[in-house]
Amino acid sequence: MEVSRLQRRFFKIFGGVDGKGFLDAQFTELQHLQDENNPNFVSEVVSLFFEDSERLLNELSRTLDQQIVDFRKVDAHVHQLKGSSASIGAQRVKNVCLAFRSCCDENNLEGCLGCLQQVRQECYLVKNKLDALFRLEQQILAAGGAVPIMSKD
Amino acid sequence: MGSGPEKIKGSTSASSGKNVLRALVVDDSKFHRVLQTALLRFFKVETTAAENGKEAVDLFRSGSNFDIVLMDKEMPVMDGPEATRTLRSMGVDAKIVGITANASSESKAEFMEAGIDDFLLKPLTADNVASLLENMGKN
Repeated sequence: MEVSRLQRRFFKIFGGVDGKGFLDAQFTELQHLQDENNPNFVSEVVSLFFEDSERLLNELSRTLDQQIVDFRKVDAHVHQLKGSSASIGAQRVKNVCLAFRSCCDENNLEGCLGCLQQVRQECYLVKNKLDALFRLEQQILAAGGAVPIMSKD
Repeated sequence: MGSGPEKIKGSTSASSGKNVLRALVVDDSKFHRVLQTALLRFFKVETTAAENGKEAVDLFRSGSNFDIVLMDKEMPVMDGPEATRTLRSMGVDAKIVGITANASSESKAEFMEAGIDDFLLKPLTADNVASLLENMGKN
């Protein structure tokens, strides 16, 4: 009973009402790569993503704070962030990066600053979502259940 | 010395004698190296990783052989196109697949001109890695 309740909660956070499009099918791809030989693969990759994204966000902040903003440099950082967010399925982060790149193309500083704030917020939100998912996974396993693997379709 | 660059073939033989594909993942991002390595290992491909094009070239120069190279485009020290040109001039005939998040035709053209055999956009998925490996099997 406890396991079912936890698994329902897992589905709800992952892709149901609570999901609100935070994670797309690419995250499911990561889950499918995790097995007994690589039991912490998803959390490892997610940790690396957040290390990377923090570094990139700090770089972006520094670059946008310059007297003369190098929008090509800003774009290069956003391009990296877009790539890695797409790779873990953090689709809302990726979508903000798309808008961010448009602002870079237009040399729109105000737009870029707005996007930076937004992308920070989205990273924070998806991190919370993933932390909750990983905690639930541990609870499911401790209760003797199996972690649900979402269908790729 | 010989009359031209030594032909360096990709190897398919592991010490066990079994036919095992060997791949080299070249990307300056640890995140992408971990991800692509996991994808390849999912398909039972022996995988090594390098942080930039120069490391990849040094691996081949030291005698390592790979059947397939997943080469990121934008890297410090030596980027993907330069590393590809260098490997081809060394006679490396491994399948080199250019990997980038930039879908522009200019980006692809630059990489193709450098000598890659194929091109994939990030993020890599199990489906596109499976197609890649399946095409290698057919060839």
